[in-house]
Amino acid sequence: MSASKPQVPARPLSPFMLGQYYRFQLTSVLSFAHRITGIGLSLGTLLVATWLITLASGPEGYAKFQVHLNAWYGQALLFAWTWALMYHLCNGIRHLVWDAGYALELSSAYASGYISLIASFLLTGAVWALAVLA
Amino acid sequence: MSLRSPLSRARGLGSAKEGVHHFWVQRVSAIALVPLTLWFVFSLARFAGSDFAVVQHWVAAPSVAVTLVLFLATMLYHSALGVQVVIEDYVSHEGNRIVTLLLSKFVHAIVAAASIFAVLKVALA
Repeated sequence: MSASKPQVPARPLSPFMLGQYYRFQLTSVLSFAHRITGIGLSLGTLLVATWLITLASGPEGYAKFQVHLNAWYGQALLFAWTWALMYHLCNGIRHLVWDAGYALELSSAYASGYISLIASFLLTGAVWALAVLA
Repeated sequence: MSLRSPLSRARGLGSAKEGVHHFWVQRVSAIALVPLTLWFVFSLARFAGSDFAVVQHWVAAPSVAVTLVLFLATMLYHSALGVQVVIEDYVSHEGNRIVTLLLSKFVHAIVAAASIFAVLKVALA
């Protein structure tokens, strides 16, 4: 008998199934979004830190940073940051409710998903309305 | 037959009881961050377009400075915990994982120290 090695099939690795065999649902997309906004907000802490460091550095440094924040890319970044923060906050509360053992049924998971998504848009709108009117 | 030592049974402590520590502190910091984040974001919106002196005066108020320090410390702690989970999930090579985890912890500590120092510098100036 020849000692031939058993052939190991080339098994696919996650996330091979995305888009091909896996149908996206609201609940899974919101779950991805929670993690992606979390990573974005971790990078966003650099923005908060830079704001405070330039404030501590004095009027010139602060003014230089404000030029970037007031430019179109700064405003776009701030808008994205606001939504990411508000979404992570709303969906985070949704997770806390689950952790407490409530609203775990599929219908509740969908309802709370829509609620946190809509609440994140409303809060982002409220923050920017206040910013524009201030 | 139990595999636990008689001493362990006598003490009745079971495990080190730290198995859920990460899970728990991530949620404790999350709860603290709900009011802190809303306060921070709506304060920023109120001061949008304000000049240096106005923002400096606001940050220098003791109640604001203390709340900012709490917000920064809690946010960066929560961020470090979250990034740790993501690294543990996706960086499978052990060496890379340890290096990435250390880098993340160090960067978080630096950002926390620098931003908190900035608040104190403005508040105590």
